[in-house]
Amino acid sequence: MLKKLITVLALVGSASVMAAGGPAVHLDKAPINLKDQASLQRGAKLFQNYCLGCHQMQYQRYSRTFRDLGIPDEVGMKELAFTANKVGDYIKNSAPKEDLARWFGAAPPDLTNVARVRGPDWLYTYLRTFYVDPTRPFGVNNEVFPLVGMPHVLQELQGIPTKVVEKHVVDGVEHQVTKFETDGSGELSTDEYDAAIADLVNYLEYTGEPTKLESHSLGIKVMIFLVIFFIFAFLLKKEYWKDVH
Amino acid sequence: MFKNFMNWIEYRMPFMEKMNLHVMQYPAPKNFNFWYFFGSLAMLVLVNQIVTGIWLTMNFEPSAERAFASVEYIMREVDYGWLLRYMHSTGASAFFVVVYLHMFRGMMYGSYQKPRELLWIFGMLIFLVLMAEAFMGYLLPWGQMSFWGAQVIISIFGVIPGIGEDLTLWIRGDYVISGATLNRFFALHVIALPLVLVILVFLHIIALHEVGSNNPDGIDVKVPNEGQKFENNVSEKFTFHEYFTKGGKKIIVDAIPFHPYYTVKDIVGVVGFLLIFCAVIFFAPEGGGFFLEPPNFEPANPMKTPDHIAPVWYFTPFYAILRAIPNDIAGAIGMFAAIIMLALLPWLDRCKVRSVRYRSTLHKVNLVNFVISFIVLGVLGVLPATPTYTLIAQIASVTYFGYFGLLWWYSKDEKTKPLPVRLS
Repeated sequence: MLKKLITVLALVGSASVMAAGGPAVHLDKAPINLKDQASLQRGAKLFQNYCLGCHQMQYQRYSRTFRDLGIPDEVGMKELAFTANKVGDYIKNSAPKEDLARWFGAAPPDLTNVARVRGPDWLYTYLRTFYVDPTRPFGVNNEVFPLVGMPHVLQELQGIPTKVVEKHVVDGVEHQVTKFETDGSGELSTDEYDAAIADLVNYLEYTGEPTKLESHSLGIKVMIFLVIFFIFAFLLKKEYWKDVH
Repeated sequence: MFKNFMNWIEYRMPFMEKMNLHVMQYPAPKNFNFWYFFGSLAMLVLVNQIVTGIWLTMNFEPSAERAFASVEYIMREVDYGWLLRYMHSTGASAFFVVVYLHMFRGMMYGSYQKPRELLWIFGMLIFLVLMAEAFMGYLLPWGQMSFWGAQVIISIFGVIPGIGEDLTLWIRGDYVISGATLNRFFALHVIALPLVLVILVFLHIIALHEVGSNNPDGIDVKVPNEGQKFENNVSEKFTFHEYFTKGGKKIIVDAIPFHPYYTVKDIVGVVGFLLIFCAVIFFAPEGGGFFLEPPNFEPANPMKTPDHIAPVWYFTPFYAILRAIPNDIAGAIGMFAAIIMLALLPWLDRCKVRSVRYRSTLHKVNLVNFVISFIVLGVLGVLPATPTYTLIAQIASVTYFGYFGLLWWYSKDEKTKPLPVRLS
């Protein structure tokens, strides 16, 4: 029973590693900057407009987002909180959960902690590597999340992306380079789209751990205190131990 | 005024008498090195776990519906809740770091040898209870790893012939891991096991103070008084409790009072430890995915298995042994035997010389073998079990048990170096 369980888990594990693209897919480094409030605000706006329809952020309150991102409550409630009545509400949608699960094959996961589960680099790459694949129900597939159930929600921004595999021969060795090109029908250029995704991932990184900046600033003070304390503790020990040596 | 108050107390309860016996007039060998910090650090971490645990309990809700959300509530909305939670989660890993180093110190300097066998046994019981405590605590956040890690570990008990399946049912309180499991683990984690832990730590220290601390040279600092003279004996400067000198029947050599000498020294150790501990808490609380695993930021979902399940790092050496042995029952026995062997060390090691400093080259090599085997098993326990890794784990399991077998064999007539008369 036990070995069976471990084996099953290992199999499921390797299968889902394959499903998630495995380590073979290169992840682009997400340009995270939690101190850039303008970027976080743009990210929050993207989240509210494109993600919240299906995904929730049920552990984070609007008031917390507004406070940490420097958005006045009245402005935030008017511009960002379409579905909330009170500023203290959690960032939730009113989409019917059973229907969502039926439409997409699985219920869209809560995104409060998604950056801590997947990592920002994975998210940054994932949102930039959708490509046209007529065999899929929504006509798109994804490079880092093969057979993904989610449609390309940001298509109106990016345009219609296609996957292009280029083969180069360098010194007789064949190299494959996978590129994602769009047809230019989107509202944004490729660079603008990358920047928008960076903002969105930045915001998700923030919601995963809203206390991170506070933690760093408090941490520096604690470390400075401990270094000074260490010097005094060491000198005190030396003074006492004169009797012993 | 204060003196009168203390006298009033003393007349009714021997407070200063006991403080003198265990702290101010307790003879500790003067040559404790770096490795001797980890006992006091383990106590510090225990206090940290208890205090932060109490505050976490104030906002944690032990139910399958609310556990995950209440942890997020602590992380986001309780004042300094994130700090309490990170102190507690990092503290769990720190506990095992200091306990493993503390145990290794005992193995290096033969601190388990006569007359410290009972002290060592209490230590091993602390280690066992600590593992149970950590395992149950890890279920409480009710994340994916909490759920699936517990699933794997509880199923280990299922291999026991006859009663196995019923036993797992009894542990879970349900046919699957559920809110019932969470509730009982919460009860055991916050009251039953900590209480046992504190009692065992108390007994560990009482047993230690009865036989006295060992030291890196592994020789005694309390010697029978036969009228001999000791040159430059630092102990002559100090007053030690009559309990240790036995009214002059024993001479204390090269030992110093625990307070103030080791209290001020341990403060240095504590601050040094805190520098690393706080660096993790404030700047890398996930500990690179080892202290808080990424899938645990997703609520437990019995319908969805995480990509790769590995127990938390401190269980992985034993988990690797379990996986390395192809037979279920043999694997479980092997895993428990790996711990039992440590508890049997006082009787497996038949050498009369304690410290590795004065033991044979073979013993030194064997001890290095133990360390490498343990670390290799620990690393493999984190990785998926591919055929190559399984083979390495099998070899490392053999060398792990080989340490104990070899030790038993060569320690009977071991060629040791002459022991010094005085501490170096």
